[in-house]
Amino acid sequence: MDQGLLRHLFITFFKIGATTFGGGYAMIPVIRQEMVSAKNWLTNEEFVDVLAVAQSSPGAVAINSAVFIGYKLAGIPGSFSALLGVVLPSFLIILLVAVFFAQFAQYPAVEAAFAGIRPAIAALIAGAVVKLGKPVLGDSRGILLTSFFLLLSLYFGVHPVFIIILGAVVGMSSSWLSEEKGKGESP
Amino acid sequence: MILFELYLAFLKIGLFSIGGGYVMLPLIQKEIIERHGWLTLAEFVDILAIAEMTPGPIAINSATFIGFRTGGILGAALATAGVVTPSVVLMILAAAFLRRFYENRWVQAAFHGLRPAVIALIISAAVFVARASLTDLASAALGGAVFLLLIFTKLPPVPVLLLAALAGVGLYYLPYF
Repeated sequence: MDQGLLRHLFITFFKIGATTFGGGYAMIPVIRQEMVSAKNWLTNEEFVDVLAVAQSSPGAVAINSAVFIGYKLAGIPGSFSALLGVVLPSFLIILLVAVFFAQFAQYPAVEAAFAGIRPAIAALIAGAVVKLGKPVLGDSRGILLTSFFLLLSLYFGVHPVFIIILGAVVGMSSSWLSEEKGKGESP
Repeated sequence: MILFELYLAFLKIGLFSIGGGYVMLPLIQKEIIERHGWLTLAEFVDILAIAEMTPGPIAINSATFIGFRTGGILGAALATAGVVTPSVVLMILAAAFLRRFYENRWVQAAFHGLRPAVIALIISAAVFVARASLTDLASAALGGAVFLLLIFTKLPPVPVLLLAALAGVGLYYLPYF
């Protein structure tokens, strides 16, 4: 196994783990930036597919994506490099906080900084939609499906797992239907 | 053996929390507070605040903190290992499967439907976070400015977050200094 790639994976995911506040979805833009824009390890579409798998399985989305991308690039050693990288920063920081003091969050200056970070996280996630959504929202079918799933999620509070499963079912059945019609349209 | 129990409890939490961090919270509450009594509810709320203010997924943050409180450094390591075990096993299986079958037309068809679902979930996460964080004119303006900055420049996320932290200090701290 290529030692250089393993080290690279570790360092990249360490950076991701160290700089993403707010967990889960807030990590998506940072992972995308590193994997798609900076390193060209994945295409935009491959990254969306990784997210689909990561969101439909148990566990944190960031951890799942790290293990998945690590395996994709460098097999089992790769998945462990990426996992260690993404987990270590929070592990070490939380240990420090737990050992020394848990009160740092109550300093007014720290509170004010986070009051600025929170709206930025909302903007970051929205920005990720613009970047990731380009291939998907390029045709009326994609826009229609996305709005439908969004409606289920926002207004009916449908659990993300069911939305993911429904997505797979819709994809497969529409491919099956177009085949039945004999159009031969590829999925 | 409390270390082994810690590992198992967090393995369970990792296994049953599908769909990201916040789904995990009721599980932690049930397992850690009600079942094992390793933590009080007030301590749990403190941990949430800390988890939100430190980098990394909330699952890792709470596992490390609760593990440390209950079983020292080794406890922290085992709780964290427990919460990531399901991810490791399932993601390696999924990645190995997809390596062989990614080009399969049914798999491709499934992903074709999955992509809009993923985009919709991310939009609803953005709406969720925006509702909770855009609470006044200043924060709405800040969020809007950051959004425009991201769309029209090639600034990566991390420097943008640092700028936002500075803006937060400028808006909410310095005026009252």
